[in-house]
Amino acid sequence: MLIYEISSNGRSAKAQYRKTHSITDIPPNHLRNNPAGLPAVSELQVVRHFTNLSKKNFSIDGEFYPLGSCTMKYNPRGVHKAASIPGFLNRHPLAPEAQSQGFLSCLYELQEYLKDVTGMRLVSLTPMAGAQGEFAGVSMIRAYHEKNNESRRNEILIPVAAHGTNPATAVMCGYKVREIPVTSEGDVDLGELKSAVGPQTAGLMMTNPSTCGVFERQIKEIAAVVHEAGGLLYYDGANLNAILGKVKPGDMGFDVLHVNLHKTFATPHGGGGPGSGPVGVGSRLAPFVPTPIVGKRDEQGRDFYYWRGEEDIPDTIGNLSAFMGNAGILLRAYAYARLLGREGMHRVGEYATLNANYMARQLEAAGFKLAYPGRRATHEFIITLSREAKELGVSAMDFAKRLLDYGYHAPTTYFPLLVPECWLIEPTETESREEIDGFIEAMKKILEEANASPEMLTGAPFTMPVRRLDDVKAARELDLALAK
Amino acid sequence: MAEFPENVRYAKTHEWARLEDDGTVTIGISDHAQDALGDVVFVELPEEGDVLGAGDEAGVVESVKAASDIYAPIAGRVAAINNELEDSPEAVNDSPFGEGWFYKLTPENSDDMNSLLSAGDYQKICEEESH
Amino acid sequence: MPFVPHTNEDERIMLDAIGVKSIEDLFDEIPGDLRAGELQQTPTSISEMELLRLMNERARRDEVSLSFLGAGAYEHHIPGAVWDLVSRGEFLTAYTPYQAEASQGTLQLIYEFQTMITRLTGMDVANASVYDGASALAEAILMAVRANRKSKSKTVLCAGNVHPAYISACQAIVSAQDIEIELVDWDQVTGLLDSSKLPSGKDYAALVLPYPNFFGGLEDVNTLTNWAHAEGALLIGVVNPVALGLLIPPGDWGDNGADIVVGEGQPLGIPVSSGGPYLGFMCCKQSVVRQMPGRIIGRTVDLEGRQGFTLTLQAREQHIRRAKATSNICTNQGLLVTAATIYMSLMGDEGLLEVAKQSHRGLMTLLERVSGIQGLALRFSGPCFHEAVLKLPKPAGEVLADMAKKEGILGGFDLGRMDSNLGDCLLVNVTEVKTETDIDRFVSCLIAALEK
Repeated sequence: MLIYEISSNGRSAKAQYRKTHSITDIPPNHLRNNPAGLPAVSELQVVRHFTNLSKKNFSIDGEFYPLGSCTMKYNPRGVHKAASIPGFLNRHPLAPEAQSQGFLSCLYELQEYLKDVTGMRLVSLTPMAGAQGEFAGVSMIRAYHEKNNESRRNEILIPVAAHGTNPATAVMCGYKVREIPVTSEGDVDLGELKSAVGPQTAGLMMTNPSTCGVFERQIKEIAAVVHEAGGLLYYDGANLNAILGKVKPGDMGFDVLHVNLHKTFATPHGGGGPGSGPVGVGSRLAPFVPTPIVGKRDEQGRDFYYWRGEEDIPDTIGNLSAFMGNAGILLRAYAYARLLGREGMHRVGEYATLNANYMARQLEAAGFKLAYPGRRATHEFIITLSREAKELGVSAMDFAKRLLDYGYHAPTTYFPLLVPECWLIEPTETESREEIDGFIEAMKKILEEANASPEMLTGAPFTMPVRRLDDVKAARELDLALAK
Repeated sequence: MAEFPENVRYAKTHEWARLEDDGTVTIGISDHAQDALGDVVFVELPEEGDVLGAGDEAGVVESVKAASDIYAPIAGRVAAINNELEDSPEAVNDSPFGEGWFYKLTPENSDDMNSLLSAGDYQKICEEESH
Repeated sequence: MPFVPHTNEDERIMLDAIGVKSIEDLFDEIPGDLRAGELQQTPTSISEMELLRLMNERARRDEVSLSFLGAGAYEHHIPGAVWDLVSRGEFLTAYTPYQAEASQGTLQLIYEFQTMITRLTGMDVANASVYDGASALAEAILMAVRANRKSKSKTVLCAGNVHPAYISACQAIVSAQDIEIELVDWDQVTGLLDSSKLPSGKDYAALVLPYPNFFGGLEDVNTLTNWAHAEGALLIGVVNPVALGLLIPPGDWGDNGADIVVGEGQPLGIPVSSGGPYLGFMCCKQSVVRQMPGRIIGRTVDLEGRQGFTLTLQAREQHIRRAKATSNICTNQGLLVTAATIYMSLMGDEGLLEVAKQSHRGLMTLLERVSGIQGLALRFSGPCFHEAVLKLPKPAGEVLADMAKKEGILGGFDLGRMDSNLGDCLLVNVTEVKTETDIDRFVSCLIAALEK
């Protein structure tokens, strides 16, 4: 039932008390002469409506959510509390520095921790999501080449298994995309890379571990090939959870990277966002970072935090948001980093990897096919259901829908594109062995069903608020807003 | 089983082209292509009067899971577009060589049709792609 | 160790199942010389108790007693129900609705948001939001250049009194695709655009028009929309959603209405929270919907004919279209959309109108009470909404610093920071949360600062 269907003219929540006055100074041609068309409901109706809507959602709080590449780890409540302190919520973005030392100190320290964890020289917290971080990173690469009179470099290399944002970002930055094949072992094809680089190469975008869920073992050679050709290396931080505290992207030869705070630093996903994608750079790209960033100086023996903007960083690629990015998310990431501490960071990578490898082995033992059986799983791994699809007529999507009936959110399906009928599975370090064992048991049962009564999968889900939805109708007969 | 009618020529990019009696060339996408796309939800067509070179992007055909560019198989000027597709994009799936046609070109040179693939050659390419 | 539940027993069982002796063995594919040592700059962990004490102390340091700062982020009252509901785990910790059947809560909510925002703006369709108002404007510019088939130019005309940070963000985002943003000067007396001074007869893909503008001023949207359309340009409106409770919606501007509308959704139930996370809303006419980036929710039916909601038009997005996507955007501001939708539901038309009227009334009261101050004047003569520019007899920066230091009052925004010719100008904003006593405190504090 839509909220408009419980609306009734004349009803309102009375959240705003009426005061008797009229507006006389705004000319009438500026005033609206028709009602806006928002719902007319009482406060209890609103509370009940949205409470009941929430119950139709799967969430980390409610269900195991092993979405590969999304890092669905527990979102700590203490962190949420810390970021929701009224002094932080009510601080205006343009408040003067003298009245912002509390907030600025948190951001400055977060910059320092991210530098430490990534091995980069300078960090800007402003990009508001991974994709914006990518945009900032590739823009900086572009600015670097322009500054060095190398604008002829118009091509970005991207492994064929990369996340869709990578090529989309490259094009948004005015580049052409050249795809590099991946070997059957999951590594970037070094031979193909060598023939692809040249004087037109601006850079390479990749992640490590890769989207295939395995560690890119030849990363140093890859970095050397690209650098020798005069290009720069961009690291997509989506899979940082696997190596947090274990390996620093800066040490692998990357010149620029972004971190997904909503993945690695446990900030809440909120039904699709907000995210936050801070960028880190080495010294080559430091002059170009997006502004503002937080600086620290000494003022009469005390630390004073201040904004560093265009005057201070004249070659900056500019600002990407109206203010300085998703401040509330940054505060959460800061709080999380304080709770983990350096010891905690190390253990994130360790236990994420333990959980993934355990899950991979158990699924293999249960009869599922790993895409890269000879490789260690990192924080995630891929299974392929192409045999089941061919022999039993049940696809990876059918398995995913049936998993919902068992109370688990399905892993990422059909990504990366190069493995047919695949699932990319990432348990994260916050899941217990029992939770994982429960998932394995459910998968065993579903496999039995696939063999004995495949319609249990092809018709799934049965126990959700809706059955499978007609997405062809949704795209053909666009109904994107309730007609008035 | 996909159909590969012999009265049309094919491009590697999965468009078909048919030379009509009045000298125009009707263009659409093959049965193999519509099958791979799945249910078509939207077609973006060129505009009448557009001048296209062989291989130029002519529009986009969109399904739920993909959005593929369509290309001009030979050079020419767009003479007509199939307005029915706006309300009935499913015609592309139901009748790819008939009611699901996309647009007609007045070709720069109708001999260019000979540079396109025969049904047999195109079918071979499709079989290779499936592996 | 927080959040990792493994006991020694668990570890042993799991390592045995994998067939290795220790967790370290699982990292054996990583070349040894890449292994990082101890993290040197990250401190050791603290408990939640210590964390909250630290954060409370830092937040307290930043408290001010009263703020009249607007400039793109507005302090409105947020009813208690909003964040109570948003903080429910099922909303807070849900993810992108990729498995639609398990996400009907979020999906229906976004559909309701799309409905509310299209009605508020008078447009046909809306997306599920983008990051913020500034990036929404950048996306709108990219969209207009793609969608305007009649225009061959990659130049967009933009009112010079759009929020300066929006303008610079757009330049940073669109310049890589060789799109130029040409600014139009505003009239020095009115603070508004002068339609007779616009560059006619040239080819522009779009005109960007703010409402209200950065100074709080109200542009002649009807004339300007018709001008743009007559010139073959699309009209992009940048609006304040609370203002639309009172003012004409962009769908009604001119003879044909705006083509694309964007704005900052923060005033709808989101605290000013240091500038983010906020939400950028985007709406457009039906004819250009396929050029709109971002996630879009559609209503459909399930196998049994029941109403359901799902992500639609995904073929345009990065995860499918990749290099040819409308944008690289992946995220939408789900959590903030939830807050805005609940806020709009609690307000209704009546409530939103009250917020707008009371905010504007507050500004009028403040302007009356400062009108007697020697040397102070209203800088611009045009009509405005809830925000206005005061010309002071001293540099605004000095006055503000004094007000903050003496009384902890943030008096507004120093326009000298964006334009050296406006160094004596103060952009002041009043909302419904300010009482007459608050306004009196502002006035006496301002007088004291001017007399210094």
